[in-house]
Amino acid sequence: MNTSEATLADKELGLGWHPKRVLLILLIFSIVMMFAAFTSGYIVRRDEGNWREFDLPMSLLFNSIVIALSSAAMQFAYYSAKHDEIKRANLGLLLTIVLGVVFLFGQLHSWSDLVAGHTFFGGADANPSGSFVYVLMGVHAFHLITGLIFVGVVLKRSLKYQVHSRAMLSIGNATLYWHFLGGLWLYLYLFLLLNH
Amino acid sequence: MSSNAGPTTAGIGTAPVPHTEHDDHLHDHEHHDQHWLWKYVFSQDHKMIARQFLITGMLWAIIGGVLSSLFRLQLGWPEATLDWLQPLLGKWIEGGKLNPEFYLALVTMHGTIMVFFVLTAGLSGTFSNFLIPLQVGARDMASGFMNMLSYWFFFLSSVIMFCSLFLETGPASAGWTIYPPLSALPQAIPGSGMGMTMWLVSMVFFIVSQLLGGVNYVTTVINLRTRGMSMSKLPLTIWAFFLTAILGILSFPVLFSAALLLVFDRSFGTSFFLSDIYIAGQALHNQGGSPVLFQHLFWFLGHPEVYIVIMPAMGMVSEILATNARKPIFGYRAMIGSLIGISLLSFVVWAHHMFVTGMNPFLGSVFMFLTLIIAVPSGVKVFNWLATLWRGNIRFTAAMLFAIGFVSLFISGGLTGIILGNATLDIQMHNTYFVVAHFHLVMGSSAFFGLFAGVYHWFPKMFGRMMDEKLGYIHFWLTFIGVYLVFMPMHYVGIAGFPRRYYSWTGFDAFSQFADLNKFISIAAILAFFAQFVFIFNFFYSIFRGRRATENPWNSTTLEWTTPIVPGHGNWPGEIPAVYRWPYDYSKPGSEVDFIPQNVPYSQTPSSNLPYERELAE
Repeated sequence: MNTSEATLADKELGLGWHPKRVLLILLIFSIVMMFAAFTSGYIVRRDEGNWREFDLPMSLLFNSIVIALSSAAMQFAYYSAKHDEIKRANLGLLLTIVLGVVFLFGQLHSWSDLVAGHTFFGGADANPSGSFVYVLMGVHAFHLITGLIFVGVVLKRSLKYQVHSRAMLSIGNATLYWHFLGGLWLYLYLFLLLNH
Repeated sequence: MSSNAGPTTAGIGTAPVPHTEHDDHLHDHEHHDQHWLWKYVFSQDHKMIARQFLITGMLWAIIGGVLSSLFRLQLGWPEATLDWLQPLLGKWIEGGKLNPEFYLALVTMHGTIMVFFVLTAGLSGTFSNFLIPLQVGARDMASGFMNMLSYWFFFLSSVIMFCSLFLETGPASAGWTIYPPLSALPQAIPGSGMGMTMWLVSMVFFIVSQLLGGVNYVTTVINLRTRGMSMSKLPLTIWAFFLTAILGILSFPVLFSAALLLVFDRSFGTSFFLSDIYIAGQALHNQGGSPVLFQHLFWFLGHPEVYIVIMPAMGMVSEILATNARKPIFGYRAMIGSLIGISLLSFVVWAHHMFVTGMNPFLGSVFMFLTLIIAVPSGVKVFNWLATLWRGNIRFTAAMLFAIGFVSLFISGGLTGIILGNATLDIQMHNTYFVVAHFHLVMGSSAFFGLFAGVYHWFPKMFGRMMDEKLGYIHFWLTFIGVYLVFMPMHYVGIAGFPRRYYSWTGFDAFSQFADLNKFISIAAILAFFAQFVFIFNFFYSIFRGRRATENPWNSTTLEWTTPIVPGHGNWPGEIPAVYRWPYDYSKPGSEVDFIPQNVPYSQTPSSNLPYERELAE
C-alpha cells in the first residue's frame, strides 16, 4: 500500500527505481553471493588436490542453448508488452515457461548422464569435483523454479490485461530476474568448462 | 495497528492518541475493527513487528543467560555436586555431575542464541524495524508482507532451535561455529546427530528471515525517505542500520552455502568437508574434502556478523549520546565514513579467526595487516563519541548511562583486539580465555549495552509510557560492574594460559591455582545475570503502569518524535513532515531552545542560522 504512486510522489528521489525493483536487485545480490561462495569454494577445494577429473555431459550444451532461447522469448514478451501487443506478450511468456521447463528436464537428464559416466553426488565413489556440479545445478534449478513461478504470475496478470505499456513493473522485474537466472547458468556452465 | 482506539488505556500501545484521521490515499480501506490476530500476531505494521522481535529476543536472552549460568556453575565449582539441578536438567546430571557432552552443548547453544537470536534478530530486528520508517519519514517498510514473513521465519527458526534443546541426544554441541568433521559425524559426539540437524534447519530459516528483513531495510532507506531527507541528513542510527543490512545481504548467503554443503555431507554422503577419517574403529568412505574450506566459508559470514551485531548499537549510541549531551554529534561525516570503512573492511579480515589452522604465514600477515586497519575507523568512532561528551550538558538518563557504558566497554574490549589481531600473539592466546574475554566485552556486552540504551531511549515511542529511571540506574550499575568483574579477571587467566572450551580443568596442576578466580568470575556472572531481572520487571511493569510519556520526552530532533505519543498505522496522522536540516541541531548558538527538530525550516529560525543557512532560508 505504501508503495503506491501517490505515496512515492512526495519522497526523495532514491535511485530512480521502484521499491519492488530495488528489492529484487538486492535479492539478486544475495543469490550472487551464494554462488560466489560455491564457486570460490570449488576453486579453493580443487587447488588442494585429490580432485577427480571427468568430462561434462554434452547435454549441458543443449540445455544452455534452451535457456538462452527462453531469455530471448522473455525479451520478446517484454518488448511486445511495451508496445501493447498483449497477445504476443502472452505468447512470449508462455514460450518462456515452456523453455524453462524443458531446461529443467534437460538438467535432470544431464544428471543421469553424469551418473552413467560414474560421477556420483554422494557415496563411496563420489569426489567433491562431481558433488559440486550437482550442487551448482541443483541450487540453480531451485532458483529457476522460483523464476518460473514469477513468470507464471506475470502471465496470469497479462491474461487479465493487467500488463501493458503503462504497467510494465511486474513484467520488467520478471524479465530482469529471468535474464539473471539465464546469465547465472551460462556463467556456471563456462565456469565448469574452464575449471575442471 | 490502528490508532482509532481513542482514549482507552487497555493495554499495549493504546494510550490516548490525539489525532485519528489518516491520509485518504493511504487508507482506502481502513480497518476500523481489526481482528486481534491481524493486529497483534500476523501484523504487517513495522512497529508491531519490532515489538515482536524485541520480546522474542528478550525470551532468548533469558535462555542464553540461564545456559551461561549453568556452565559457569561447572567452571566455578568443578568439585560440587549439582544434584539440585536435576529437576531442570534431568538425565544430564549423572551422579551429581554435569554430563561433559551436555557442557559442550550448553556452550554451543549459548553462543548460537546470543549471537544470532538475541544480538542479530533481537537487536537489529527490533530497532531497524522500529526506527527506519519513523526516522526517514515513511508510512511503513517497503514491503510490509515480506517484513511480516521475516518475523515469522525467525519465529519458526526459534521454535526449531528451542525444541532441539530437549532432544534426547542433546542439542548441537560442536560450538557455535559448527566446524566439521566434529559437527558432521554423529559418531563423533551425540550432539552432532539430531541436534545438529535441527540447528542447520533452524539456521536456514533464520537466514531467510534475515534476508527478507535486510532487503526491506535497505529498500526503505533508499526509496522511502521523506522530502528533504537526503542521505547526508540521515540520523546515524539509519546509516548504521542501512550498512548492517547490506552486510547481512552479502554475508548470510555465504553461510547458507556452507550450511547446505554441510547438510549434504551429513545426510547425503558427499565429502565437501570430510576426508580420511577413521572413527570408532571404522574407516569412513569420505575422500577429498577439506575442513578448512568450511572455516573459510563460515568466517566469511562470521566476521561481518560481528559487525552486524555491533553496528546497530554504534548507531543508537551515537544518537543517544548527542541527544543527552545536548550537543551535535562530533564529526557527523567522519562517523558515516568510519561506518562505511568498517563495513568494507569486515569482508577482508575473516581469516584472522583462522591463524591456527596452519595457514601460510604470508597470508596470515596480509590478514593481520587488514585486521589492524580496522583500529582506525573504530578509533575515529571512539574519539568522536568522547568528543561529543566533552563539555556537554549531560543528562544522565538510564539510556545515556548505557550509551556511555557502551563506549567504555567498546574501548576496553577493542584494545585487546589489537593484541589478538597479531598472528603471532593470537597463536599464543587463541585457545585461552583471553579470546573469550575479548569478544564478550567488545561485541557481546557492548552490543547488549547498545540494546539496553535503545530500549530505555525509545520505550516511550514504543509503548507510550516511560520506563522507571531509578530501576534503570540500579540495572545499569549492577550490570556495568558485573560485566567488568566477569571479564577483567578472565583476561588475566587467559594470559596465564587457562584454556577455553575445557569442561574440567582440575586434573591439571598448572590451572588449579585459578580455582578461586574462576569461582569469582562465576559469582559475578550469575549476579550480573540476576540483575537483568530488574530490567525485565521494569520493562513489563512500565508497559502497563509506567508514567505516561509525552510526544518528545527527551527533546530530541529526529522525526520519530514528531509522531503522536503512540504512532498509529501509517505513523503520522496527517502529512509526513518534510526535512530541512541535519538531525543534530542541539544547543545551536542563537537559538532560544536547545534543540531544533529536523522538520523546522530555516526560515523559522532566523536567529540561529549560520551564514550559508541564511541562503537556504529564503
